[in-house]
Amino acid sequence: MSLSPELSLRKDDPEPFLQVTDLAVDFATADGSVRAVDGLNFTLERGRTLGLVGESGSGKSVTSLAVMGLLRPDSTTAGNARTSGEIRLNGEELLSAPARRIRELRGRTMSMIFQDPLSALHPYYSVGAQIAEAYRVHHKGSRKAAKERAAELLGRVGIPRPRERADDFPHQFSGGMRQRVMIAMALVNDPELLIADEPTTALDVTVQAQILELIADVQQEFGSAAILITHDLGVVAGTVDDVVIMYAGRTMETAPVDRLFAAPQHPYTWGLLGSTPRLDGDRRKRLAPIPGSPPNLLEPAAGCPFAPRCVFTDRVEGDACATDRPAALPACHLAPDDRDALRPSSRKAAS
Amino acid sequence: MLRYIARRLIGMAVVLLITGAVTYVIFYWMPSDPARLSCGKPCTPETLHQVRAYMGLNQPIWEQYWHFLEGLVGGRSFGIGQAAAQCPAPCLGYSFHQSMPVRTMIGTAFPVTVSITVGAAALWLVFGVATGMISAVKRGTWWDRGATLLSLTGVATPTYLVGLLGILLLGFQWRLVPVNGYANFTDGIGPWASHLILPWAVLAFVNAAVYARLTRSQLLEVFGEDYITTARAKGLPERIVIGKHSLRAALTPIATMFGMDIGLLLGGAIITEKVFSMQGLGYLLLQGVGQLDLPVVVGVTLFSAFFVVAANLLVDILYGYLDPRVSLA
Repeated sequence: MSLSPELSLRKDDPEPFLQVTDLAVDFATADGSVRAVDGLNFTLERGRTLGLVGESGSGKSVTSLAVMGLLRPDSTTAGNARTSGEIRLNGEELLSAPARRIRELRGRTMSMIFQDPLSALHPYYSVGAQIAEAYRVHHKGSRKAAKERAAELLGRVGIPRPRERADDFPHQFSGGMRQRVMIAMALVNDPELLIADEPTTALDVTVQAQILELIADVQQEFGSAAILITHDLGVVAGTVDDVVIMYAGRTMETAPVDRLFAAPQHPYTWGLLGSTPRLDGDRRKRLAPIPGSPPNLLEPAAGCPFAPRCVFTDRVEGDACATDRPAALPACHLAPDDRDALRPSSRKAAS
Repeated sequence: MLRYIARRLIGMAVVLLITGAVTYVIFYWMPSDPARLSCGKPCTPETLHQVRAYMGLNQPIWEQYWHFLEGLVGGRSFGIGQAAAQCPAPCLGYSFHQSMPVRTMIGTAFPVTVSITVGAAALWLVFGVATGMISAVKRGTWWDRGATLLSLTGVATPTYLVGLLGILLLGFQWRLVPVNGYANFTDGIGPWASHLILPWAVLAFVNAAVYARLTRSQLLEVFGEDYITTARAKGLPERIVIGKHSLRAALTPIATMFGMDIGLLLGGAIITEKVFSMQGLGYLLLQGVGQLDLPVVVGVTLFSAFFVVAANLLVDILYGYLDPRVSLA
C-alpha cells in the first residue's frame, strides 16, 4: 500500500505500452473523402518490434504520422486529415491530448526515422546543428553540451570522425551515412518508441542490411519499442517480432513473425510472399506478382477490399467477399480448412 | 572563389562598356545638336565650330567615347589654357550646362537616392515578408485574402498615383508630413526622416506586395517539404518550425530579389523623386535628358548600371553563403 499510485497502477494494470484502437484517418480531397486508415488495431510492448507491412497506399505511413501527432490540425501543414479512434502511449490518450503535450512527447518519448533522409534533413543546417536542436528542445543545458551530445550520437551510429562531420551539411554525406544521421537524430533523446518509416527504401541493398542492423542494435541498447514500416517482407523477416499486414487501410492479418512465415493466413499475405525474391528460391521460377492494383480509396469496397484481386473468391459461399466485411482476423471469408488447403506450400520462415 | 570573382568583375566591366557605348550611340542619333543649344544667340558658324571643338563634338563618335574612357581613368580637361574646365579622374564627363563635372553632380544627388532606397527597402522587406508569412500560415482564411487584396492593390497601382494620394492626404489634408523637398541627414535625423517617410511608404507599398506574394508562395512550397515534418517530429514549437526552418529555406529567392531591387533603386527612383521633388539620381537623369546634356546622361547611366551589375555579383556571392549546396567556381 505504500507504493506510489503510479507504480501500483503499472503492476495491477497490464496496459500495453502502445495501444492503437479503431484508428481511422480520413483525408478530405477535391474528389471526396478518402479513408486512408480504417479501423486499425494493434499493441506494442517495450523492447518489441512491430512490422507494419503493405503496398504503397495501404495506410502504413499515415498510421505512423497519426501516432506522432503529425496529422493533427494544429500542425500548419497537416492539411485536412481527420483522425478518430484511440492511440494510448503509456496509458495516455494521444489523439485528444493538447498540442503542447504532444510536442513534449515528439522527439523525446517517441521519435521517427523517415524514408528519404536527403529530403527529411534540412539542407541549410549542418547535421550537428540539426541533432543538437532536437536535443535542446527537450533538455535544458548549454549549446556546447548539445553539440557534444550530437557528436556522441553520430559516433554511436557509426559515422567516422563524428566531431568534424557534425559541421557538414546533409548533401555532403552518402545515402547510408545520411540515414545514420537521421537515426542519430531520432535517438538523441533516448526515445521509448522509435518509428522507422521505410528506413531502407532509399538506400542501396548493401547498405540496407547495415541500417536495419543498426536500428535493431540501438533499439536493444535503448530498450525502446519500435515500429518498422515496410513493403518488403524480406526486411521484416530478420528484424521484427510481430507483423501487421495492411491493405487499403485495414488490417488483413496479424501474427508473430515466425507464424506469419510458417502459416500465413490471408491470400493477400500469400501474394506478398509470392512476390518477395528469396535467395534460396528456384532461380528459374519467376516471381508471382499480385494481379490488379491497389483499390481506389475514394470508393471503398463494401466487402473485403482485396476481393477484386483475390483468386480464391469462388471458394467462398455466395458473394460474401464482395458484400460483407470480414469481422475477425485474419480478415478473410475463407474457411480455416480451405486456407490450410489453398496456402502455397513450403513457405517457411526466412532465416 | 577569387578566380570566380575576378571573372565576374571582367564581365561587369564589359557590360558597363557596352552600356556606355549604347548611350553614346542613342544620343548621336538624336536629331538635336547640343553644341547649338550651348552656342547662344547669335550663333555664327565660327562660334558654333569653336563650341563644338570645346565640347569635343567635332570628333567621330567612337573617338568621343574613347576620350570619355580615358577621362574615366586619367581625368581630362576641356578647352585650353586659363578657361579650360578641369575634370579630375575618375571623370564621368563634364556638364557644360551646369559648368561642373558630372561626378560633382552625382555626389550631391546620390545621398538623396541612398536615403530613399535604404528606408524604403527596409520597410518593404519587413512588411512584405511579414505579410507573406501571415498569408502562408493562415492560407485560405480572411487574413490571407485581405493580404492578397492589399498586395494586388500595391502591384497594380502606379507609383505616382499612390505618391500623389499620399501627398494629398498626409501632406495637405492632415498636415502630418512635409509635402516635398529633402533634408540632409546631417541636418538631424528628425527632419531627414520626416521628409522621407512619404516616399519610403509609397515605394514600400508598391514593392512590398511583390515580396509578400513571393514569401507566401515560397513558404507554402517549403511547408510541404519533408524536413518541415522532421522539424515537427523533433518536437519543435510551430514558431520555430515556421520562423526558423521554413523561413530560412524560403529566404534564398527573397534575398536574391532584394539585392537586385536595391541595386536598381540605387540607380535612381525616377518617378518617386519626381513626385516628391527630390533631387536624386533619377531627377538628375531626367534633367540631363531634357537638356540634352549628354555627359550627365552617360555619367548617371553608367553610375546606375554599375549598381545593377554590382548587385548581381553580390547576390551571386551571397547565394554561396545562403545555400551550402551552392559552390562558386
